[in-house]
Amino acid sequence: MSANASGIAAAVRSGARAPRAIADEALTKAHAADERDQLNIFITIADRYARDAAAALEGDAARHEAPLLGVPYVAKDNLSVTGLPVTCGSRILEGYVGPYTATAIERMTRAGAILVGKTNMDEFAMGSSTEYSAFGVTRNPLAPTLVPGGSSGGSAAAVAAGIAPIGLGSETGGSVRQPAAFCGIVGVKPTYGRVSRYGLVAFASSLDQIGVFGRDVQDAALAMRVIAGRDDLDATSADVAVPGYGARAGSLKGTVIGKPREYFPPELDPKIAALCGAALERLRALGAEVRDVSLPHTAMAIPVYYIVAPAEASSNLARFDGVRYGLRMEGDGLRGMYEATRSKGFGPEVTRRIMLGTYVLSAGYYDAYYRKAMQVRTLITDDFRKVFASGVHALFTPTTPTPAFAPGSKSDPYEMYLSDIFTCTANLAGIPAISVPIGRVNGLPAGGQFMCAHFEEQRMFELSFALEAALGAEAHR
Amino acid sequence: MSAENREPSGVRLSQSRTPPSTEYEMVVGLEVHVQLKTRTKAFCRCSTSFGDAPNTNVCPVCLALPGALPVLNAEAVELAVRAAVGLGCTVHETSIFARKNYFYPDLPKGYQISQFDRPLATGGRLEFPVADRSTTVGITRVHMEEDAGKSLHDRFPGATAIDLNRAGVPLIEIVSEPDMRSPAEAGAYLRALKQILEYARISDVSMEEGSLRVDANVSARRRGETRLGQKTEVKNMNSFSGVERALEVEFARQCELLERGGSVEQQTMLWDGATGQVRPARAKEGSHDYRYFPEPDLPPLVLEAGFVRRVRESLPELPAERRARFASEYKLTAYDVDVLTSAVAVADYFERVADRADPKTAANWIMGEVLAALRASGQAIDEFMVRPADLAALLGLVASGTVSHTAAKQIFAVMAAKGGNPAEIANAQGLLQVSDDDQLRRWLDEVVAEHPREAERLAAGEKKLQGVLIGAVMKKSKGSADPKRLGQLLAERFGT
Repeated sequence: MSANASGIAAAVRSGARAPRAIADEALTKAHAADERDQLNIFITIADRYARDAAAALEGDAARHEAPLLGVPYVAKDNLSVTGLPVTCGSRILEGYVGPYTATAIERMTRAGAILVGKTNMDEFAMGSSTEYSAFGVTRNPLAPTLVPGGSSGGSAAAVAAGIAPIGLGSETGGSVRQPAAFCGIVGVKPTYGRVSRYGLVAFASSLDQIGVFGRDVQDAALAMRVIAGRDDLDATSADVAVPGYGARAGSLKGTVIGKPREYFPPELDPKIAALCGAALERLRALGAEVRDVSLPHTAMAIPVYYIVAPAEASSNLARFDGVRYGLRMEGDGLRGMYEATRSKGFGPEVTRRIMLGTYVLSAGYYDAYYRKAMQVRTLITDDFRKVFASGVHALFTPTTPTPAFAPGSKSDPYEMYLSDIFTCTANLAGIPAISVPIGRVNGLPAGGQFMCAHFEEQRMFELSFALEAALGAEAHR
Repeated sequence: MSAENREPSGVRLSQSRTPPSTEYEMVVGLEVHVQLKTRTKAFCRCSTSFGDAPNTNVCPVCLALPGALPVLNAEAVELAVRAAVGLGCTVHETSIFARKNYFYPDLPKGYQISQFDRPLATGGRLEFPVADRSTTVGITRVHMEEDAGKSLHDRFPGATAIDLNRAGVPLIEIVSEPDMRSPAEAGAYLRALKQILEYARISDVSMEEGSLRVDANVSARRRGETRLGQKTEVKNMNSFSGVERALEVEFARQCELLERGGSVEQQTMLWDGATGQVRPARAKEGSHDYRYFPEPDLPPLVLEAGFVRRVRESLPELPAERRARFASEYKLTAYDVDVLTSAVAVADYFERVADRADPKTAANWIMGEVLAALRASGQAIDEFMVRPADLAALLGLVASGTVSHTAAKQIFAVMAAKGGNPAEIANAQGLLQVSDDDQLRRWLDEVVAEHPREAERLAAGEKKLQGVLIGAVMKKSKGSADPKRLGQLLAERFGT
C-alpha cells in the first residue's frame, strides 16, 4: 500500500476502492509482518473487528465525507477498545478485555478509520526500545536486527512497514517521536491537553499524551486533527479550537527558528549533527532566520523526568492489584495475594520504576525529590516560555542522540534513559513537538525535531511540511 | 453517668466509665466524614443511591478500569462550599486535589482522591450550647474527597465480597480543633454539626446509613498543663452516644496509664459498642505513609469570582438563626424553640402549621400529639399522615368552637391513622360541637325531666349539682354539646 491516508479516503469516496478490500489487505500485511517476517509488531491483530468496521462503513452513506474514510490504522495496546484485549505489554492484564472505548479511538472510528490491530509496546510504556514487553521484542522493519525504538515501537513499525498509513501511540517522554525517528517516519506529540487521555492507560498522568505516526506530515496532521479537541471525560483536556493543520504556501520569511545549544552536545552522533545542520540550511534557504538560543536547564530534564514519571506511575499502577481484573495469583492472605500478583505480573523495568516512584514520594524524601523535581520542572518550562517570548517561533533539534540500536545493547537502565534526552523536555513543559525524517546515518533513519509553544501545532505542522518538501527524497537517503 | 469520682487506683476499664481523676483533663478533636447529598458520584455520573444491589452503580471510572479518568462533579463542590460557609470557614479560591495512596480491596484505584495541603476551606467555628452555656469549637479545615467501597466479610464463608456502589461517593471531611473537653461537649458539637448539615441540605447525616462518620482524637493532660498530651485516634463509633462512651473509656484508659507512670502510645483504637471497650487496631493502621501528591488527573479547583458569595446568599436559614427567629416571631419559650428546631423537618412542619393557626397552640400540639404519634409509629414527620394544613384546620375548628378539645384529640387520632380532612371526620363521627341554644335547651329539658330531684336541689341553691346536670347533658350529646354555652343556659334557667 503506497497511498497515504487522504489518498485512500479519496479512493473510497469515489468508489474506486472498497473498505472491506482495504481492511483485508491491511490484515494480510499485518499477519505477514508478524508470521512471515517475525517483526512482532502486534499483540492483537483485530481481524474480525476490522472487517466488521469496514462492513459498517460500506453501509453508512452518512459517513461519506468522513476525513479518514476507509483508512486503516493501528493503535498502541494501551488504548482501550471495547471488545479487544488491552495488555499494555504486560502480563498483569492477562485476560482483560476492554469494556469501553478510548475517546481518541472513538474519534478515529467516527472519522471512518478502520482499526486493524493493537501494537506491541514497552510494558506500560516504560522503555525506549519495545524490548521491555511481556510479548517479546519488536523488530525495526527497516533493519530487523535493530529495535524500532519505543515505547510505541509496534505502532511505529506498523506504519514504517506499510501495514497502515496511520498509527496511534502515546508519549510520556518521547515514546512517539523517538521510534518515529528510528523508523524513518513522522511522529507527533501534541500539547498536553490537546488530545483526550480518556481510555489511555496512564503511565504518568501529567506527562502522557496520545500521539500519532504517519509516513508523511500530511497523514500525521490529518490524524491529529481528527483526535484533537476538548473531551468532557478528561478534565485536563483543553477547550482550545483545533485549526486545520494544513500546509502554508510561500516562504518562511519572518519565521525565527531557534537552535538550542544544549541539544547539540559534543557526544551527539556527528552524522546526526550534520543532518540537522543540513536541515537548518534548507529552512534558512526558505527564508527562515536561524538563531542560536539556550535552554539552560536542559541537563536536568532526565533526572527530573525520572523522578516525576515514576512517582506518578507508582500511584497509577496501584490499581493493578488482582482484585477486579487481570492476573490474580494466590498468596498468603490479602497481602500475599497482592505481592504474588504484582511480582508475577510486572516486568523488571516496571518494578524498578514503581519502587523508584514509591521512594521519591515517601515521607522524608518527598521534599528532597518530588517537590524539588516539580520546582525544576517549572524552570524547564520557563526556559521554553522565555525563548518563545523572545521572538523565536520554533526550536529545531535532533530527535535522538543516536540512530536505532540493537536489542540488549543498553543493559544499563540509565543508558536507555538517555535515549529520551532530547524529547522528554517537551513532555515536562507540555509543549507540542514533532519528529520528521531528515536523512540516514549509515543507512539508518534519523529524525529532526520541531518544538513550539503550547497549542502552536499549526505552526509546527507548517514548518514540517516545508522541511519535508525541501528535503524531498533526501529525507530517506 | 455517675458524678462520683473514684480514686485512680479503683479504676477498672470494664467496670467504670467514670473519669478516674479530676487531676486530668480530656482534650478532644473530631474528624467528621460526611457524604454529600448529590445525585451522582464525585468523579463520574453513577448514582449515589443507597441500598441498591451490589455493584450496580458502577462505571469504568469508579471501578478504576485502566484508562478511566475522574471529572469533578460541580454539585459536590457547591455542597462542600455550602458546608464550609455554614461553618464560617474561609473558602479558598484555589484548592488542590491530592492522591492518598494505600492498598485496600475496596479502594479501586489504590488511592483515594482527597485534598491535602491546599484544602477547600480553613479556619471556621461552630458555636453551640452545652448545658445552657454557649461553647465555640474551631474548625481547622473542610476538604473534599471520595468514599471507598464496602468490604463485606459475612456474605460468603471464607471470602470477602466487595461492593463498589459507594466507591466515589463525594465526602467532605470536617476537622475540628482540639477544643472539646468532655464527652458531653463532643456530643453537643456533633449534634450541632449534624443540625447545620441537615438544615443546609448538605447531607442526609445518618450514622446508621454511614452518611456521617466520626473519628475522635483524644488525649489526657494534667489540669493547668497547656501542652497537648499524646493522642490516640478512636474509630468505629456508630452513634453519637457511642462517641461519648468511647471517649470516656479511652480517656479513662489513658489516665490509668499516666497515673501508673506509663505513657500513651500513638495508635488507633477501635470502639466496640457491644462490650463498651476500646482495643488497639492492627499496629500498621497508624503508621501508614500515604505518599500524598497532587492529583495530576484533575486541574486545581478554582472557584469563579462571586461563587462563594452566591452560595452564602443562597444558604438556607441555619439552626442558630432559626432559633432566634422562632423566639421573636412566634414568641415561643426557649424550651419550645429547642424542641421545634432540633430537626429541620419538624421546624418546617411547625412553620407551615403556624402560618394558619395560633403559633403557641400549634407548638403545643406538635410537641405533644404530633411527636408522640411519630414516636409511636416510628414514622418520619415527612411521611406523617397529618399534613400541616390539616393540623392547622383542626386547630381552627377548636378555636372557633366547632369542635371541643376532647373531640379534636379523637379527630387527630383518626387523621394520624388514615389522614383526611378534620371537618369531614368531625362530621362523619358526629363530633361537631353543638352550641345551638334550641338543641341545648331540648337536651336540658330532657335531663331535668330525668333527674327531677337533682334539678330541685340545684334550684334550691345546691350549686354542686350544676356539674351533675352538665355531665348528664354531655353524656346525652355524646360529648358534642358546647360545655360553655350549656353552663350559661343552665345558669339562666336556675338563676344561679
